[in-house]
Amino acid sequence: MLRYAIKRLGSLVISLIVASLVIFACIEVIPGDPASFMLGINAQPDTVAALREELGLNASLSARYLSWVTGMMSGDFGTSYTYRTPVAEIIGERLWLSLPLALIALGLTVLVAFPVGILAATKRGSWADMSVMGATQLGIAVPNFWFAMLMVVLFAINLRWFSAGGFPGWENPAAALKALTLPAIALALPQASILARVMRSALLDTLSEDYIRTSRAKGLTRRQSLWRHALRNAMIPVLTIIGLQFSFLLAGAIIIENVFYLPGLGRLVFQAISQRDLIMVESVVFLLVFAVIMVNFAVDLAYAWVDPRLRGRA
Amino acid sequence: MTLLSIEQLNLSIGDLPILRDVSLSVGAGEVVGVIGESGSGKSLTAFSVMQLLPRGASCQGRISLLGRDVLTMTEPALCAMRGRDVGMVFQEPMTALNPVQTIGAQVAETILIHEPKTSKSEALERAKQALTRCELPADKFPLSRYPHELSGGQRQRVVIAMAIALQPKLLIADEPTTALDVTTQAEILALLARLVREDGMGLLLISHDLAVVSDMADRIVIMKDGAVVETGAADLHRTMTHPYTKALFAASGHQPVRSAEPQEIPLLQVQNATRDYTLPRRSLFGPVDTFRAVDGVSFEIKRGESLGLVGESGCGKSTLTRAILGLDPLQGGKILLDGEPVGPAVRRKMQVVFQDPYGSFNPRHKVGRLVAEPFHLLNRKATAEEVDAALISVGLTPPDKHKFIHEFSGGQRQRIAIARALIIKPDLIVLDEAVSALDVSIRAQILDLLADLSDQFGLTYLFISHDLSVVRAITDRCLVMKAGKIVEEGATETLFTAPSHPYTRTLIAAAPQLPAA
Amino acid sequence: MRNLIFGLTLTAIFALGAALSFLWTPYDVTVLDIANKLKTPTADHWFGTDHFGRDIFSMIMVGARTSIAVAIVAVVIGMGLGVPLGLTAAARKGSLLDEVIMRGNDLIFAFPSLLIAILITAIFGPSAINAIIAIGIFNIPVFARLTRGAALSLWTRDYVLAARVAGKGAVRISAEHILPNLANLLIVQGTIQFSLGILAEAALSYVGLGAQPPTPSWGRMLADAQTLIALAPHVALFPGFAILFTVLGLNMAGDGIRDVLDPKLRVER
Repeated sequence: MLRYAIKRLGSLVISLIVASLVIFACIEVIPGDPASFMLGINAQPDTVAALREELGLNASLSARYLSWVTGMMSGDFGTSYTYRTPVAEIIGERLWLSLPLALIALGLTVLVAFPVGILAATKRGSWADMSVMGATQLGIAVPNFWFAMLMVVLFAINLRWFSAGGFPGWENPAAALKALTLPAIALALPQASILARVMRSALLDTLSEDYIRTSRAKGLTRRQSLWRHALRNAMIPVLTIIGLQFSFLLAGAIIIENVFYLPGLGRLVFQAISQRDLIMVESVVFLLVFAVIMVNFAVDLAYAWVDPRLRGRA
Repeated sequence: MTLLSIEQLNLSIGDLPILRDVSLSVGAGEVVGVIGESGSGKSLTAFSVMQLLPRGASCQGRISLLGRDVLTMTEPALCAMRGRDVGMVFQEPMTALNPVQTIGAQVAETILIHEPKTSKSEALERAKQALTRCELPADKFPLSRYPHELSGGQRQRVVIAMAIALQPKLLIADEPTTALDVTTQAEILALLARLVREDGMGLLLISHDLAVVSDMADRIVIMKDGAVVETGAADLHRTMTHPYTKALFAASGHQPVRSAEPQEIPLLQVQNATRDYTLPRRSLFGPVDTFRAVDGVSFEIKRGESLGLVGESGCGKSTLTRAILGLDPLQGGKILLDGEPVGPAVRRKMQVVFQDPYGSFNPRHKVGRLVAEPFHLLNRKATAEEVDAALISVGLTPPDKHKFIHEFSGGQRQRIAIARALIIKPDLIVLDEAVSALDVSIRAQILDLLADLSDQFGLTYLFISHDLSVVRAITDRCLVMKAGKIVEEGATETLFTAPSHPYTRTLIAAAPQLPAA
Repeated sequence: MRNLIFGLTLTAIFALGAALSFLWTPYDVTVLDIANKLKTPTADHWFGTDHFGRDIFSMIMVGARTSIAVAIVAVVIGMGLGVPLGLTAAARKGSLLDEVIMRGNDLIFAFPSLLIAILITAIFGPSAINAIIAIGIFNIPVFARLTRGAALSLWTRDYVLAARVAGKGAVRISAEHILPNLANLLIVQGTIQFSLGILAEAALSYVGLGAQPPTPSWGRMLADAQTLIALAPHVALFPGFAILFTVLGLNMAGDGIRDVLDPKLRVER
């Protein structure tokens, strides 16, 4: 188990290094001179030179990469050119919206998809199964930001149960959660539909395995076989999908924030793009990639917890 | 006392009738063997007793178990019956156990399901006893083991322990040893016989192998196409009257007639061949571990000779085969075909027939193209005449070349595989378990065909198999392989009648014998 | 079978609408008609008009062009690079090359297409090409993994061994024996990636990282509609339904094709 974890940790570190190299190359190498890029074509040469100095662009590429990476490790993400404040501070603030939003949506996804998928698999071919399959087919096809807009029209504008957007801050947790409810539902709908279908088909696959027949020959009822034997084996493909879904949820959160005017990472990064604040874009993208890689690491560990075959093999 | 009696059982799946008027019975302490080829309905008969049937199956007739009719029992009553009154053992030990649960928990589950008041520790204690009875003592095989940490034979013991944990009156074993090696098979059969004796159980033993069943059954039931054709005592081979039974016995011991004489010219020479496998790295920077699958093997095949290579799974015979075919490089030694190292130049002198008649052909190509594939070695296309001639020589017809492979039965596919091997007129044909997947009657026909072809074309065979009776039937000389080494070599008849190496003796003793008529 | 017919019909309607828009649309989508802005659906304007008085029905027809073009090119990129990579990795299983390809795939999976689009846009500015590249790059590992997994199991088949005994090399075997037997799987996955591409394109245009005005696109139309949603919800309704039904049609067609070709195919969602 430990050996497996260490090996996964090793590949985690390699992924992080390569990801940071890719992002660094995209932002600081491909545009040529980031300083003149950020200032636009009308910039005065001395302003560009000043910015070059400020950004440390006169150092070699490898030195710049190293100082970027070591800076991030000590929590220093540089200073935003437009905001004139440390990037880490701004991101920290915004992260406290985007990350909880994605996590709430993930929770909702799992909470809805598991029972629905299990129900559809146990009652395969029944009207319950058919309606679940039909509903999830729709849920997958709905663009989540459009679904969010429809919910705003219904629940905020017409019924007035929720406000149409904005975020009151975490000082009042109840109000904060309320403000995140509609966005989280909009994010979760398509992912829950996908996960429910994966759960159903994974369960149906495991239910046709030989060991299910063995357990039935021991005297287990159909239901007992499902809960005691099929479910845990079905978790292996389901976990893979959950890992992938977290990255979709994080990316989706960036988009959904736009519908609800939420001050999260999404709005930050779009502003940064329009203001050509490369330092900000670079940091936000790296942070999101970091989060995705960490979640995949957690999923790898969860595999080993579910599947003893992975624990022995290092 | 009769434990199980099946009377006039008819079973259909949807509209398709599968079983017709099947009747048989099993008494306490009695071993009843059910024998049939694939599609005979022998396994579905067994599953009918448990009422674990595929969707859409329906039964008519009577299955009386301990005086109750199984066909009228409710599902809860059936659940209470399964595992307590009847235990079941399956064919595939590799997949019959839940991979994410310990063996202790899986055996204890039988007890906990039927006696819910038992404490978990007591159930585990009884599971330990059951496993010990199945020769998996807890000091060597702790209850905390997972299935993937056990071999096939050990897993089958776990399945048996699950089935006998509550000492049921009846045990059903569906091809329990088909997936196992001969020596393991002998051990598992001995275990089953001992458990039947100790507990006074009835045993319904389903098999395709006459020899396995004849060795241990008190009574034998022969099935064909969903019906029982003949029932008899253990001496059925003397009392049999039905033509199918006679044909089955004849086919099982079939000895094809061969007339070709080997010449004194070596065709294939394997000299000190060594083949290592790289094991998956245990750590990123650690040393690379290797496993020596073939360890200094040397032998020769003479032109026109038929040489057998026998061994159990994992002995290295498949690895050696791949090296001979030039598919994998050697780490030491040489393999010469007609005096030259195996390479593009001499490859055309050698072809192969594989075991699986279903996986041996690309389903998207027509037979004509499939059969002609080896012409790649000659850098030209096959002519229509050459394809026709190859098909005719294996007993098929030229129009067959326009069909897809799924239109043929298993036996016909194996003929097509032989046609593919023959088409460029090689000197040596490697037969890698080439008849192992076939029913006995089809196997007899293919063996005849092979004998015929070797006479006709002067072919040399390297016959690789785990099945001793097949090797004995068709080879002149035989090699026995164990743990990567050849342990014995000799003329086939001498080797089988007077084996000298202890391992050869074990192998031959373990192989079930067909009773002499 | 019902799935297939329904799905193909829906898909065909949108494809035909997109094709027709090259020749004819009820109104010219580049002409503004402020006097008739934000009209609810009438006999003249079937789906109403937007805030510039443009005919929404016509805009949806033209927008279908963008969506379909972006999604198709992205699938072609994904298949064109992913399938050969997957075949190569499978043919050289366990080699350094295999390792590099698979690690590269894992890495791309850590960059959802939105992040790729953000990176590209930050450097080159927004455009429909960005959307194609971003979605296309994300499609590569999907096809590469699927191909490698399925090809690995095909490589263990005896007919591949037979082909090797016949002296055929890895490239030839991949082309003759592996790829044809993967075709079903790739067609089904292709439809799914196509539908995902439509959704992704809509999302990217919605946040301004995709097609730029005046090119009409469904996501862009929804972004414009959002500010007026309290006033004229119908402007947001129709483009949304267009996306929903196209994606639904493609998914059902994909399921239908799978059921017809091979009900046991496993595809990734």
